[in-house]
Amino acid sequence: MIRLKVNGVARQFDGDPEMPLLWYLRDELQLTGTKYGCGMGLCGACTVHLGGASVRSCQTPMRGAAGKEVLTIEGLGAKAEHPVQAAWKQCNVPQCGYCQSGQIMQAAALLKQKPGPTDAEIDEAMKGNICRCGTYQRIRQAVKLASNHKAMGQKAVGVRR
Amino acid sequence: MSRVEVVGRRAFLGNIFSAGAFVLGARLLPSAAPPAAGAEAAWQPGVYLGVETDGTVTIVAHRSEMGTGIRSVLPMVVADEMEADLSRVRIVQALGDVKYGSQNTDGSCSIRDFYDTMREAGATARLALELAAAQQWGVPVAECKARNHEVVHASSGRRLGYGELAPLAAKQATPKKEELKEERFKSPEEFRYIGKDMPTFDRDDVCAGKGTFGIDARMPGMVYASVERAPVFGGKLKSYDDKEARAVRGVLQTVVLPGFKPPHGFQPLGGVAVIADNTWAAMKGREKLKVEWELGAHATYDSAAYKQSLLETVRRPQKVVRNEGDVDAEFAKGGRTHEAEYYVPHLAHAPMEPPAAVADFKDGKVVIQAATQNPQAVQDTVAAALGIDKKQVECHVTLLGGGFGRKSKADYVAEAALLSKAVGKPVKVVWSREEDIRFDYFHAVAAMYLKAAVDAKGRPTAWLQRTAFPSILSTFDASARHGADFEVGMGWSDVPYDIPNHRAENGPAENHVRIGWLRSVANIYHAFAVQSFTDELAAAAQRDRVEYLLELIGPPRKLDSQQRGPVAERHPFDTGRLRRVIELAAERSGWAKKKPGRGRALGLAAHRSFLTYVAAVVEVEVDARGRVRIPRVDFAVDAGRVINPDRVKAQFEGAAVFGASIALMGEISAAAGQIQQSNFHDYPVARITEAPYETHVHLVPSQEAPAGVGEPGVPPIAPAICNAIFAATGKRIRDLPLSKHKLNA
Repeated sequence: MIRLKVNGVARQFDGDPEMPLLWYLRDELQLTGTKYGCGMGLCGACTVHLGGASVRSCQTPMRGAAGKEVLTIEGLGAKAEHPVQAAWKQCNVPQCGYCQSGQIMQAAALLKQKPGPTDAEIDEAMKGNICRCGTYQRIRQAVKLASNHKAMGQKAVGVRR
Repeated sequence: MSRVEVVGRRAFLGNIFSAGAFVLGARLLPSAAPPAAGAEAAWQPGVYLGVETDGTVTIVAHRSEMGTGIRSVLPMVVADEMEADLSRVRIVQALGDVKYGSQNTDGSCSIRDFYDTMREAGATARLALELAAAQQWGVPVAECKARNHEVVHASSGRRLGYGELAPLAAKQATPKKEELKEERFKSPEEFRYIGKDMPTFDRDDVCAGKGTFGIDARMPGMVYASVERAPVFGGKLKSYDDKEARAVRGVLQTVVLPGFKPPHGFQPLGGVAVIADNTWAAMKGREKLKVEWELGAHATYDSAAYKQSLLETVRRPQKVVRNEGDVDAEFAKGGRTHEAEYYVPHLAHAPMEPPAAVADFKDGKVVIQAATQNPQAVQDTVAAALGIDKKQVECHVTLLGGGFGRKSKADYVAEAALLSKAVGKPVKVVWSREEDIRFDYFHAVAAMYLKAAVDAKGRPTAWLQRTAFPSILSTFDASARHGADFEVGMGWSDVPYDIPNHRAENGPAENHVRIGWLRSVANIYHAFAVQSFTDELAAAAQRDRVEYLLELIGPPRKLDSQQRGPVAERHPFDTGRLRRVIELAAERSGWAKKKPGRGRALGLAAHRSFLTYVAAVVEVEVDARGRVRIPRVDFAVDAGRVINPDRVKAQFEGAAVFGASIALMGEISAAAGQIQQSNFHDYPVARITEAPYETHVHLVPSQEAPAGVGEPGVPPIAPAICNAIFAATGKRIRDLPLSKHKLNA
């Protein structure tokens, strides 16, 4: 039996411990905001936070999540009010939107770790996340905007637990 | 922002609206026929909107949302013209149904085919509400003005909301089209949403991870399927052993899917499906299958050999698709000539969401939720696969995690339907990325040959161009060898140069994989060849590229494109508009001031496709190790009237990235009939570090009829990048992608 917390809720899992966290979130918990894109950790669509850091959930077996806290896009801001989500909306980043959960989770992890990243640091942190629609320049703008919001001490709405 | 409702299983069209609502069924012809790509069902156009008694205006979005914003933008046109308050608008996604006309969200045609239709629907609704108010008040309708969700009688100050008027309007006859005089439509100055940067209805849901894509759809009691397919196109199942697959925890059973009968069309490829109680178990079970295949005739397909055969084809005279003057006589004069060959490989669509669908077959009827660009093709394909009437196929359209043409084909949806019938439960089919790459409907590989005779000033006096590529027609006709008119017409037979002797040809090519249309289709390779060759001629003549290109295009004039019909009449090829975008792109990019130096240079390409005129100036930087960066792209775009400038700019920003993937790294190849790529490690697409750093989109203000925007940004990017690389390094790239070449000398 694997115990973990997902978006603040205690969960237990008694299936195959090798099952990637991605499919547990999607198929078992119906948290479908986290997306499948490649299954090899190449595209970042499945990015979630594990113990506060970004991970590719397609490369994270359930046994690796045991005893840890998982945060998905659904838990980041229930009404998409997290500063990163707010910036994404302000810049009208999404086109098809499919990769954006992963992009947002990756950006949120970056800003948590490094509140005022340079453009080069943003690109370095975001280069594992593919957007086939090609929204990259708006992603870069939105990360900077979210970073400025935080730097200016605007009310940053916390993560729902 | 308005609430968006994703239609659930029970929401048949009949009960989108509650009893007592005023429902407008506008039966208006779209302004142009759909392109002849795919088997389009007979169509009976119509678009629905309704006003509930609480004032909610419901607008049916009948086109698929794959990132362009169309699901929001077309309803906003209706809302604007009917003076509806967007915060009280509800959008309902249409089921697949012929009554909407073409729902094939493809060919960059949603706005140009339905802008007028949506305005007419909105204007009709507004007039009906004004008539209802006039009758209620006993005043002439001319004194009643609809404004922001209510009708106002100015002199008495009386007003009635749309909700109050709905039951009154419902009792009246809907105004006829003849009553919709020109003055019944809003003038551009009165637009509230049209021409404005409006956010889409889906934006906030997507940012919250709440948008429902095909892969997210679910039905009660659903099981999951993963399908093992023949590694070679047309291969047949010989035998299989599923013992180990069935031993995987969560696997329920295996099912054999029959192969297709030629022509393959949108039929499933066939194979062995593993059914499981979760996606991962299904995928893992599939990997454990032991399958033997009869590989068939296409097992000889080899990209290196095929490339040579295409090049040999274009070195010889081929079928003439355009002929003016006498090219041969001019070449025979023995003056200066220039010739070159170009090659663009197969490409895969690789939408971030791989093909995915859920189907529930029960009692001769099937309910589907799918990420599809074409729900009516789903109806046709699924009906044929199951042997039922298409009316028994209820197709709900989810959001699409990218489409780019792949999701116009319904093969993966038919797989879900066949499997649901076989196992007696709802089945979700999700393609793995590997399946998506290996079993795509690939963008055609193409070879092109160009030759020009030039005068003393380097100006062409004769121009010959030959192309050969496996045609999309092969999807529908197994014997097809030459390009379809629509393919040859994409940047080949319509080159707008003012040259007295001009011949275009097209040679035959056989398909060995499924060939499909990918964002901008044949324009990709044709624009690459023509715009690269133009740059070569300019370089040979030591001329400024902008001046040279303008000179080749010649004076502003409307070309006889030899195409007839309402689309050609409404959208003549106007070289003046093409000249203008070139001049604008040059001006905004600082073309005249930025001279090549230290591995940095600009490149130019201009191309008209999907009726839109586009020029791109791309700046590249090549470092000492031969690595390429793209600091900036400037697009000048004349797409006629623009409905949502922000979304149009977004399409071009995205096209710059899509085009960069094609130029820098995109290549699908086959060996022994098997596709050699499988995922983003060996079929890379541009990442944030490789994409153009910033793209500036300059829209030409225009009152002309709206044209396409989803695709036209793609074709000029690859040639503009390669032209810039030539300017920066002196190295000419005629063979894509760039990753095959070493740029450091």
